[in-house]
Amino acid sequence: MYKIQHMTLLENKSAEIPAPREITTKPRLSDKIFRGVVTAGGLFSLVVLGLILIYLTYQGYDVLKSQGFSFITGSAWNVFTDDSGNIDYTQTKFGIAAMLIGTILCATIAVVIAVPISVLTALYLSFYAPSSVKKFMVAIIDLMAAFPSVLFGIWGFFVLMPSAEYWAKLLNKYLGFLPFFDMQVPVFTRSPFVAGVVLAIMIIPIVTSISREIFGQTPLDRIQAAYALGATRWAMIKAVVIPYGRSGVVGGAMLGLGRAMGETVAVYTVLNIVYQINWQVLLGAGGNVASMILLKFGEAGTGEIKALMASGLVLFILTLIVNSIADLIVKSSGGKGR
Amino acid sequence: MSTVIASPKPGKPWLATPKQRLLGVGVYLAAALVSFTLVAVSPLKGKLAYFVVFFFASLVIDFALSYVQRGIASAKDAVARGLVSVGMTLAVLPIFSILFEVVKRGYKGLSFGLFTHDMSLTSVNDPLGNGGLIHAITGTIIMVLMALIVAMPIGILTAVYLTEIRGKFAVPIKFLVQAMSGVPSIVAGLFILSAYVYPITGSLSGFAGSLALMILMIPTIARTSEEVLLLIPNDLREAGVALGGTQWRTVALVVVPAAKSGLVTALILGIARVAGETAPLVLLTGGGEKVNPNPFSGPMGSLPLYIWKCFGQGTEQSIARAWSGILVLLVIVLALFTMARFLSERKVAK
Repeated sequence: MYKIQHMTLLENKSAEIPAPREITTKPRLSDKIFRGVVTAGGLFSLVVLGLILIYLTYQGYDVLKSQGFSFITGSAWNVFTDDSGNIDYTQTKFGIAAMLIGTILCATIAVVIAVPISVLTALYLSFYAPSSVKKFMVAIIDLMAAFPSVLFGIWGFFVLMPSAEYWAKLLNKYLGFLPFFDMQVPVFTRSPFVAGVVLAIMIIPIVTSISREIFGQTPLDRIQAAYALGATRWAMIKAVVIPYGRSGVVGGAMLGLGRAMGETVAVYTVLNIVYQINWQVLLGAGGNVASMILLKFGEAGTGEIKALMASGLVLFILTLIVNSIADLIVKSSGGKGR
Repeated sequence: MSTVIASPKPGKPWLATPKQRLLGVGVYLAAALVSFTLVAVSPLKGKLAYFVVFFFASLVIDFALSYVQRGIASAKDAVARGLVSVGMTLAVLPIFSILFEVVKRGYKGLSFGLFTHDMSLTSVNDPLGNGGLIHAITGTIIMVLMALIVAMPIGILTAVYLTEIRGKFAVPIKFLVQAMSGVPSIVAGLFILSAYVYPITGSLSGFAGSLALMILMIPTIARTSEEVLLLIPNDLREAGVALGGTQWRTVALVVVPAAKSGLVTALILGIARVAGETAPLVLLTGGGEKVNPNPFSGPMGSLPLYIWKCFGQGTEQSIARAWSGILVLLVIVLALFTMARFLSERKVAK
């Protein structure tokens, strides 16, 4: 019985030998569709960024055309409407210089505070911390990056501000001879300094994680060579890690700068937005393009909204430039030095 | 006759001896003493003064001690060690302060009614028991899920393009995803306003909000998924192709299932990224006080917006409500984050 079955099987096989499979490198139809779909998905980010640019330019075009270059250099925001409620472009002045300067000021304060803390933290995590502490701290700092900005804003307003005001008073008292810590009217509440401190806390996680990543790429043989030559830990860091990671840390700091520039809600909560150019970091009057948009949006008419779109466009381009430079610096810093 | 081989007792010479540890504690005690006396005799006052004096005193004492014991190189090393510890402390201090304050100020407003009522019949001065945030929670869930429906495939496709196809656009796409992650949230809101709300619907809705959240979510999902897919060993891909699978079948049946838990982590991190996003929702959703199950028409509440509005109203009760809202939001974000970390412990399945 068994044998017979076996025989028939064999016979069947020899009866029809399958033709050899055609071997080719040409992708099949399914692969072509797959590659097409995936590429389309991948290009989505390009489409979105392009559309943002196009739509904001389109909506803000009237304002940008009528104001010209003074949209960036002027700092007046006076809206005149004619009888039918349309914007009268001959008198209306839109200029966001004060807000741009405020944005850069707050973001710079944030970076100045955050970068030293972040670099020290990254050094601690990379070269000092025992592995259990390291794991816990990395989780905590990653968690901080996920905190919503409204939380930072309200915490900053109720909890941090009293302390920050006190620090500001100390700075003014002991370092008041420096021009930017000087002030005529002693109003310390809701100043760019306070906003900068809140922003610093918000960007510490990202600057720390980038610095840690860069420090982690330091060639191990060099670290060990430094130790073998009798270096202390600090001597090793100074001779090997810092020269290797310097540009990466600069890139991380710029990435933090970009984040700090685009932050809206947290700055809105703690900063007193006043429409004038203010270089005194401790004075309770400042600006920020993103929070200005949020502030003016509530009562803006159709014409003013166009101006807000144009401001959004300027902010978008500014952050795009800062982020791109940061990205290039971070990318080019790895793999160097061998 | 047996020879006794004298073997050295295993030791750990790199560990600190009891004497060294005692000295280490002594440094801190001395610094505390210095800070105490200095604050007492000098005009410096307050907690800040204690901290600053303690910090400098411990650095100086540590420096001097190391200098006497082992010379200048060791002294510098001691100062560096002190500095990095202080940096670490300063970095994590705000987190513990935030967690502590949110729980301290938020727990009063927590009640069961919070999850069964909305704010439509509650005015700003009503006691905390009145009203709730069910409208905000449902709104946030609807908007985040709608954003996820689009952002999930786009984000994962982007990651698949970057790791599996690696075509000629790989470098620019990587750059653009990075650039997209830096788009300020308010700009995303303005974009949806200009591209969807004004020309198409003319009214604010939950869907407009979810479109903005989608833009903010895609880069997070794409970048995390890319990292996960890069961890999949190349052997798996080669095995798939060697068994006669096309690239499509290899990716769909081998690579993606292997990376499943990691991809879920990416989605969770994407949700956590946008769950607390406030600025675009202020512009786009209208922020109703009632449960609105239809995202395409009518204002829709959301958790961040609820917090934002309560904070803006400024009365004692509404600020207490804002803190409870923050507590709920924080618990959600913490839960998502813990879930993501738990899943990423086993990023690559067997």
